[in-house]
Amino acid sequence: MSDDSRFHHGEPANAAPIIEMKNIKKHFGRVIALAGVSFDVKPGECHCLLGDNGAGKSTFIKTMSGVHKPTAGEIYFEGKPMRFEDPRDAIEAGIATVHQHLAMIPLMSVSRNFFMGNEPETKVAGISFFDKKTADAVTMEEMRKMGINLRGPDQAVGTLSGGERQTVAIARAVYFGAKILILDEPTSALGVRQTSNVLATIDRVRKQGIGVVFISHNVRHALAVGDRFTVLNRGQTLGTATRGEISPEELQDLMAGGQELAQLEGSLGGTV
Amino acid sequence: MANATQPTAASDERIKEISAFRKAMIRPELGGIVGTIAVFTFFLLFAFDSGMFNSQGIMNWSIVSAQFMVIAVGACLLMIAGEFDLSVGSMIGFAGMMIAIFSVTYGWPVWLAIITTFVLCTAIGGFNGWIVIRTGLPSFIVTLAFLFILRGFTIFLPQVIERKTIIGGILDVAEGDWLAPIFGGKILGGVFTWLGDAGLIATFERGTKQGQPVVDGIPMLIVWAIVLILFGHALLTKTKFGNWIFAAGGDAEAARNSGVPVNRVKILMFMFTAFCATVFAVCQVMEFGSAGADRGLLKEFEAIIAVVIGGALLTGGYGSVLGAALGALIFGVVQQGLFFAGVESSLFRVFLGVILLGAVILNTYIRRIITGER
Repeated sequence: MSDDSRFHHGEPANAAPIIEMKNIKKHFGRVIALAGVSFDVKPGECHCLLGDNGAGKSTFIKTMSGVHKPTAGEIYFEGKPMRFEDPRDAIEAGIATVHQHLAMIPLMSVSRNFFMGNEPETKVAGISFFDKKTADAVTMEEMRKMGINLRGPDQAVGTLSGGERQTVAIARAVYFGAKILILDEPTSALGVRQTSNVLATIDRVRKQGIGVVFISHNVRHALAVGDRFTVLNRGQTLGTATRGEISPEELQDLMAGGQELAQLEGSLGGTV
Repeated sequence: MANATQPTAASDERIKEISAFRKAMIRPELGGIVGTIAVFTFFLLFAFDSGMFNSQGIMNWSIVSAQFMVIAVGACLLMIAGEFDLSVGSMIGFAGMMIAIFSVTYGWPVWLAIITTFVLCTAIGGFNGWIVIRTGLPSFIVTLAFLFILRGFTIFLPQVIERKTIIGGILDVAEGDWLAPIFGGKILGGVFTWLGDAGLIATFERGTKQGQPVVDGIPMLIVWAIVLILFGHALLTKTKFGNWIFAAGGDAEAARNSGVPVNRVKILMFMFTAFCATVFAVCQVMEFGSAGADRGLLKEFEAIIAVVIGGALLTGGYGSVLGAALGALIFGVVQQGLFFAGVESSLFRVFLGVILLGAVILNTYIRRIITGER
């Protein structure tokens, strides 16, 4: 990490949170998906949301990104109470979600993907045209910042690796003014090398003062970049820990609810 | 950004350098370009003396190609948006019949009949799209249903109203109409008269038209084909909406996540396909002066073949309007050229099948290079 960046591991604790979610509850009929979860993200930090399958991670981030409305609880965005009617509201406020799949179209070029849904336009004789020159230049520049050297802006996304695609999606969200970046299991389908590329990207994004919500069930990936760690289990928060306060084993225990994993651990011989 | 000091020109050692020639060759239209060159070379060699390349001959295959082009543009954009329309042929028959019924049977002014037909047919196209979007059914099935529904009405309506399956007399009622010449007229007559006088193109040697050129202008059908191709190409590659068409066909879910109004794009493309079919129908009706219940049979497949020869991917998200236009040109030149070359006309299908297969194999290969598919 360079010395001139404004944000360092553990430092953003004193900044005011961009989004603060207090005691969020979400019921689907008789099913209680979230039973009072509190979570906040500060500028320039990477807040990891950990939990096993079915812990409520997806429901929670969908509440944050406006897909679900909470049954009870309060959301404060930049200090003001906020109620997102639909995902578009959340996107406009600056909450961007990068899904593991479904983010890029392999047949289309990087620059067309980058500006998909937000195409720059230029007027020629009163008719609006897609401003390809600007789109290409911006794409090349943003990709270079993220450490990806493209053959050209016309290169199809299909020729990129999974990690690079994830990086393009992140770069796109950042370029379009995201204040909060929600990454839903960005590393779960990637190889070791690609995973480290994505983690490096998260680090770059964080240095720009963007709050990153990193959802994972891989403790090691989370510990590599996370500043704070919140563990969800059966719809509840088991607490938030700051980097350095918690060991991988403790996190792993929290995620599994601390039960049988202790026995499993013995037979597997270490961190799962 | 504080630390954006990446080496600027460092190239990735894993990406092979591509020569400028190869780069210029690698484009979706390549299959269409190669096919066009092959077809023209073939006929220049084997049918040059047959009159295929004098003014009448050129006009002959140009008109046939223009017909294919008009419907191929619509089918191309719709296919890139990820959908099919199998009702194009029936739509052509239906649209022609509606114009005839409105103008001849009901005695409406021809311009009103044409405009009403355009509105009606585009609305049916939109309805097709709406059903596909709402039900999530494959457009293949939905438009197959409309292939039969529209054809059924095209046969049923004239029989009930006029007790026949062909309605004629449209040219008489279209006399003096302001809109009809936009579809049935010809332009640049002066140029052709001048060319005829200069002895550059053939003129009638006797009869009442003596001295006038045999080809006396460019039919509006060809103008429509060119306008639609230019419009479609500009829309697809030069506008925001074009990007949405690619996105909707490439991966509808990813496009929705990025804020692309996928449903609107798809429905609009169904409407545009219906619009193109109606243009075809109106031009045909104005040329023949009649509407028949069997018009437009199998046109949907011919449009799709032209589009596929032109490099589009059947599953959507990839393709080119210029490629589709070249596919239509190949189609038209082969169909008419075999006649000029004196080849047994049944061999047309053999020839077409060979070209289709060759172009598709070439296109698949090119697409893999471009998109990194494996």
